[in-house]
Amino acid sequence: MKFLEYQVKERFKTAGIPVPEGRLARTPDEATRAAGALGPIAIKAQVPVGGRGKAGGIKLARTPAEARVMAQDVLGMTIKGYEVQEVWCETLVEIARELYLGLTLDRDQRLLVLILSAQGGMEIEDVAAQHPEAIARLHPDPWRGPQPYEIRELIFGAGLGPLQAALVPLVMKLYSLARTLDGITVEINPLAVTQDGGLVAADGKLEVDDNAIFRHKDLVGAEEAGEDPLEAEAKRRHLTYVRLDGTIGVIGNGAGLVMNTLDLVQQQGGRAANFLDIGGGAKADVVHNALELLAMDPRVRGILINIFGGITRGDEVAKGIIEARRDLGLKLPLVVRMTGTREAEGRKLLEAAGVAPEVTATAAARKIVELASRG
Amino acid sequence: MSILLSRQSRVLVQGLTGREGTFHTEAMRAFGTTVVGGVSPGKGGTTHLELPVFDTVAAAVQATGADVTGIFVPAPFAADAIMEAAAASIPLIVCITEGIPLHDMVRARAFVAQQGSRLIGPNCPGLVTAGEAKVGIIPNHINRPGPVGIVSRSGTLTYEVIQGLSQAGVGQSTSVGIGGDPILGLSFKEVLTLFRDDPATKAVVLIGEIGGSDEEVAADEVIARDFGKPVIGFISGRTAPPGKRMGHAGAIISGNRGTAQSKVEALTRAGAKVCDTIEDVVAAAQATIT
Repeated sequence: MKFLEYQVKERFKTAGIPVPEGRLARTPDEATRAAGALGPIAIKAQVPVGGRGKAGGIKLARTPAEARVMAQDVLGMTIKGYEVQEVWCETLVEIARELYLGLTLDRDQRLLVLILSAQGGMEIEDVAAQHPEAIARLHPDPWRGPQPYEIRELIFGAGLGPLQAALVPLVMKLYSLARTLDGITVEINPLAVTQDGGLVAADGKLEVDDNAIFRHKDLVGAEEAGEDPLEAEAKRRHLTYVRLDGTIGVIGNGAGLVMNTLDLVQQQGGRAANFLDIGGGAKADVVHNALELLAMDPRVRGILINIFGGITRGDEVAKGIIEARRDLGLKLPLVVRMTGTREAEGRKLLEAAGVAPEVTATAAARKIVELASRG
Repeated sequence: MSILLSRQSRVLVQGLTGREGTFHTEAMRAFGTTVVGGVSPGKGGTTHLELPVFDTVAAAVQATGADVTGIFVPAPFAADAIMEAAAASIPLIVCITEGIPLHDMVRARAFVAQQGSRLIGPNCPGLVTAGEAKVGIIPNHINRPGPVGIVSRSGTLTYEVIQGLSQAGVGQSTSVGIGGDPILGLSFKEVLTLFRDDPATKAVVLIGEIGGSDEEVAADEVIARDFGKPVIGFISGRTAPPGKRMGHAGAIISGNRGTAQSKVEALTRAGAKVCDTIEDVVAAAQATIT
């Protein structure tokens, strides 16, 4: 689960991480009032994507009158497909220096890693590539958590010794926020050093582990607001779906198998319109549900279904396909590749319904690309 | 011979009495696996599928001498189940459960390492030593004993390879699904090392996918260093756009790290033959063995 900037900053504030004072505005009137109360402000579009500044989604307003004009500009803008419905109005911070502080998962070490850099503000990946000496890492023991001496090593390692008194408690707070919320990415970037030497989280990111949402039922994230309509519909249908940019709808069981199916479609000269994994043991109704979703996508010119029956049964999948075609009046070309458990029964059902199943995934991909390009 | 699992293995099932545990325990026994009992807290002293049920892993190990456990408990309790097995010193822990919170897994994995147990998974299909024993959910009928070792991050794609090889007359020694999560127990590197030292394994098929750098590490640190056996590689997710999460919590690319290209290059550089399709993997394995 991801969060908008203001939601992240509210969490930071609760965790004791200093943030600029701010207010949320949904109308130019509200932004005008915020400027009246806060003085000079930054007006920041609240969208769950990066690159807002470049897109014109961040403006500075010195007066309430300016704030009204700026808010009128930003509200209603579309940034990378997301319509701006809210702006965060916050006190301007006089920044002397920009640092980076983050926590994420290190898959290779199988641990969480704290990352501190003396150069924040820009893409941390670029800093890592060009100035590796400016980045320090700490893999805290997951049971003990980071100890102050380890955090001091991190700070001195990043060349930020003079800031250690303020940084040690800040790193502690960031780590405990991540632990408390099951945060798998928590970032303060830039972590601003102000003119008077204080530390302020000028911007922040938070991603909470979707697997742990069951123990954070109170959390409200950003996703429902600006999400792709097909991905939102998929979520309502409890389907694992990712929208891609091609024209071949793909359904399969198992993430690896579906990813491989996308690769095969491309090898045959087509482009997949989506990733859709119906998982293990899917029954006819899940297949029906998945086909119904793809039928809503106007870009889809043909559908490829690739099933390996382990726990999933071929006859169940065939039933779902046949029912969905009938109920939805599906006219799109459809190619099914099916193997494994109850393969023979599934094939018989499909053949009787006029869908000839393919034996290999490669052949199936070739056929759907051909049929879709004809339509 | 084979790796990790044999017909001598004595297998415990944590979550035996649940729907998944029941279904797959029956399949495991039908395969020939020696299942010695199950653990379901609160149901100790009863029997299920004519197997003794225990309240705790420690009691189960004491009574049955189990040396492998398969975990089929729901995600919120699975990390605890892994730690309970490690605390009872079970040498091999196989966790099938999908969706375990990552913070839980980071802690559980560290604990397992400290106890000296081996963990496979989580979010994995388990492992099979063809003709001998199976722990997990890999379909029974596709396996055929033979000389090829398989190690894979995917579930269904593993079944594809096993079935393809079997149909082509190429049998398997052990097939290991290491799982698709970001935080895993055994890595490609560790499983490849076991295959290297196993006389029954003559060639290895490695099925990787985008995300993380386990494939690169295995290529550089094991395959490139006198591995002594042919390795056939395959990477799925070559066309996945960066930054998109493809179902597996693991299958996400960030920047240049963990891309399909980087994995293909590392494997090729190490001397593995990297194939574009599963059909090619099967053909390459067949050519290697015959």
